[in-house]
This record gives sequence, structure tokens and C-alpha cells, in this order.
Amino acid sequence: MIKFENVTKNLGGRAVLDDLSFEIEKGEVFVIVGPSGMGKSVTLKHIVRLMAPDSGRIWIGDDEISGLEGSALERARERFGMLFQSGALLGWMPVWENVALPLREKTKMGEDEIADRVQRVLELVGLENDGDKFPSEISGGMQKRAGLARAIVRQPEIVLYDEPTSGLDPMTSRNIDRLIRKLSDQLGVTSVVVSHDLQGSLLIADRIAMLKNGKFIEISPPKQFVASEQPDVRGFLDAQFIPRSGVIGMR
Amino acid sequence: MNVVKREKNFAGKMTLAAHPLKCYNCFFSWIRFSFVDLLGFQMITREAPVLRDASGRTDPLAVPYLVFGGVGRAGVMAVQSLLYAVLLPFRSRQRAEWIKQMYTAGIRSLPLISIVAMFTGMILALQVGLEMRRYNQEVYIGSAVMVTLLREMGPFMTGIVLTACVGSSMAAQIGAMTVNEEIAALEIMSINPIRFLMAPRMGAMVLMTPVLSFYTCVVGVIGGGVVGKTQLNVDWGQYIKLAMDFADLRDLYVGLFKALIFGIIVTAVSCYEGFTTKQGAVGVGKATRHSVITSMLLILIIGYIITRLFY
Repeated sequence: MIKFENVTKNLGGRAVLDDLSFEIEKGEVFVIVGPSGMGKSVTLKHIVRLMAPDSGRIWIGDDEISGLEGSALERARERFGMLFQSGALLGWMPVWENVALPLREKTKMGEDEIADRVQRVLELVGLENDGDKFPSEISGGMQKRAGLARAIVRQPEIVLYDEPTSGLDPMTSRNIDRLIRKLSDQLGVTSVVVSHDLQGSLLIADRIAMLKNGKFIEISPPKQFVASEQPDVRGFLDAQFIPRSGVIGMR
Repeated sequence: MNVVKREKNFAGKMTLAAHPLKCYNCFFSWIRFSFVDLLGFQMITREAPVLRDASGRTDPLAVPYLVFGGVGRAGVMAVQSLLYAVLLPFRSRQRAEWIKQMYTAGIRSLPLISIVAMFTGMILALQVGLEMRRYNQEVYIGSAVMVTLLREMGPFMTGIVLTACVGSSMAAQIGAMTVNEEIAALEIMSINPIRFLMAPRMGAMVLMTPVLSFYTCVVGVIGGGVVGKTQLNVDWGQYIKLAMDFADLRDLYVGLFKALIFGIIVTAVSCYEGFTTKQGAVGVGKATRHSVITSMLLILIIGYIITRLFY
């Protein structure tokens, strides 16, 4: 579904992605973890062609998204939804309008159908009573949930999550984790999650990859990941008090 | 850049050999494809678009980027937004935003424009009148005020006021959206930010700047008349008669054309600065400052060039 072929990206004279190659299967929940500034968000931006690689190719199905421009890129991006760290809601529109925006702009759905779909998605993220509020009137966690509602309202094939649970309380974090897993299990959505939250990642991921110095130093299912002897992975796990046996509910 | 990509995008419907650039005798085909690309050309992502294809050939639409850098990029944005702005009256969802922007650019600028225009006319009348009084010709201040306002000061003052109060706010708003990743979010939703954000602003400025420029001239002439009557003892009727006698329709048209160009400049510069904002809140401040400085300089320089071309 998503394939990186020898992707290299230099930023500020440093190789943020260094000959990176990997594949993500359809319907998979793929979590990228790693220290800050190691290129996790850059990887995510390459997937959706917000950044272009210096060399190498990125494939989304049969489309080489790293080489697309113009209307072809617009069409390719219709397969994506993305949750940004900040939610990235348009400040002058109420939550309801924000969520309805992609449907209004990019589909020929009627207003009744849009209202129905938006209401369902808002219920899914627990914001059914907050649709008329502006982004500045709701908390950061609610903004993130509204951003998630907007990302999934068009029922995309691939959803990208940039730190979906950072800054959220544990209850809301687990709710969002459950939602990510549910979208994958029930609708076959392919999910790529960038996260620092290993506890949550272990619960939802099919595979976890750790990025360091532009390369994945470990890609494995959660059970193998927690048992890894790779020193950097061990250090990352120990820093979050995760034992070799993993956490309860781990996949 | 698009040569190889088109081959992939259309999945066999168009081969590399069939690309319009390869068919040198097929000029109209090239024009058609360039036009389509111009409307869909992605510009807003943080990085400049890839300018060359795998074979190293430069895309014709990327030439402005290569040659003029930011100026070329802002120019392509301006053309794109103007093309989208033509469609605004027919797009019900964007019409509301267009009207809102017209209200912001036009009605909300009126108090400031009125004061600036009134005092511009008053200063012109006073300065010219005091000099002309030495030759007992102060009765002609009407013609001097009218011609100066129509040809130069009307559009110029309108452009400056709109730069300060509308352009700066455009740059700041779009800049804040850029650093908050709202522009990136629009792109991922496949909503072209130029069509969605810039076109309504461009459409509003293209309409409102000439209207405001005409309004500035009218208020300025009235201001000049007030000074003429109270400071220089010029009869109001005579002032208006001489002002109208010397007013040439060509002056009006050139002035309105100048205002239209200034409207395009202010919007293009402000939106470009907003879309290319980096480095958070500091970047938004820089973008706003750059947009005001660049717009003012361009208004001066382009204003001179237009005057030189027509007179």
C-alpha cells in the first residue's frame, strides 16, 4: 500500500532520512516511534507529498506520489486523511463546518447527506454536542478529536496521525487509540501513526518501527519490539518503564 | 517536471512521446495543457515544487520560479487566483466568502480612506493654492487637485491604505494559518488554498480597489474645495467647474487601471508572504512586515511605470 524505496532527505545539511526503504500493508496500523528530531514527522510528510525526497521514490498503491504534481497530486491526496499535531482546524469556522469542509469542497453530496455523515463522525469522536463551537472555544484534546473527525469524514483509505495523543489526558488518549484500531479493524483503513506514546502504540500497532539517524533500527510487531535487544530500542522502552513482557492488552 | 508524471498520471492514456511538448507543431495543445496545469499547479507546500523531470528537462511553468524566484512564484499565484476569481460569481459556496472579503476590503476601509482622501485633497489644494496665489491664479486649484488625484494620488493613496489595513491583515492571517499547518491540512484535503483562500481575496481587491480609488478622488476633490473656499476664497461653483473642465476621461481610466493593478499587487504580495511564512509567530511578524514593504515599493515603482507608459 505504502512503499518507500531508498528515500533520502537532507534538511539543514543533515540526512534526516537516509536511504530509507520499507513497506506498509493495506489495513495495517504502522507506528513510527523515536526520539524527537529524528525525522518521524518528515517521514509522514513524505507519504502525503508535503515534502519531496532528494532521491528515492514513494509509492501509494500504483501511484508514485513523490513524483506527482498538480491535479494528479490532488487526486492522489483524496485517498488520505491526516490528523495534525495541533488539529489544524480552520479558526474562523465552527467545528461542524470544519468537519463538513472536505465533503462540501470535494464531493457532490447534498446538505442532508453531509449533515448525517458529519453528525455520525462527531459522535464517533465524542463531539456531537460541540459542533457549533469555534476551535478557540474548545480544549486542545477536543481540537485534536475534531481534527480526527475531519480526517476520517471522507472515509479515506489511509489515515496519517502525527502525535495523535500528545498533550491529552490518559482517558482521551486511550479512546483515540481505540478509535485508530477500530478504523483499521472495521473499515480496513491503513494507519500510519507517529507517536512518543509507546504504551498506546503497543496496544494498537500491527508493527512498530523505531527511527534513528534517518534509518529504521527496528521494525517488528509489538511483542518482538518489547523484547528487542537493540540498545536504542531498549533505552526507549526503559525510559517509558515498559518491561520485556510488554503491557496488558498488547497485540 | 510534468512530462514523466503525466505519463504516469494518465496511466497509458498519454505516452511520453505524445506529450504536447514533444509535438512542437501542436502549439494549441501545449497551451491547453499549460492552462490546465496552471489551475492545478501545487505551490503552497513548504518546499518549492520539483522543477525538472527525470530526464533533466525544465517544466515550462517552472521557468518563472527559476528565473525570478519568489517574484515568479507570486506572479504565478496571482494569475492562478485571478483565473479562479473569474469563477467566483458562479460558485455559491465561495460567493459568501468573496462578499465578506469585499466588505473587509471595501466597507471596513472606508473610514480610513475617507480621512486620508479628504486630507490629501486639502493638502494638495493648500500647497498648490498658496503657490498659485502669488500669480493670482488660485482659482485653478480645482483643476490641479482633480488631475493630480485622478492620475496619481487617488490610486496611490488607495493602494497605500489597502496595503496597510488589508494587505497586512491578509499576510498575518494566511501566515498564521501556514505556521499552524492549516494550509497543509487544506492541501491534504485536496482543497487548493489558492482557490479557497486567495481567489476570494483577489476577487474582492480587484473590484474594490478601483471603486475606492474613485471614491478617494471624489472625497479629495471635496476636501480641496473646502480649503479653496475657506482658505483661498475660491468660489465653490468655479472650483468645481474648473475641476470638471480639466478632468479628462483618459485620466480617470488610467487611474482606475492603476488602482486595479495595485489591488492585484497587494493581494499577490500579501498572500505570497503569508503562504511562505516560516518560524512560528516571529515568521508571521516578518511576513506582515515584508508584505507591507514590498507592496508599497511595488506600488511606487509600478505606478511610475504605468504613468510613463500612458503619458
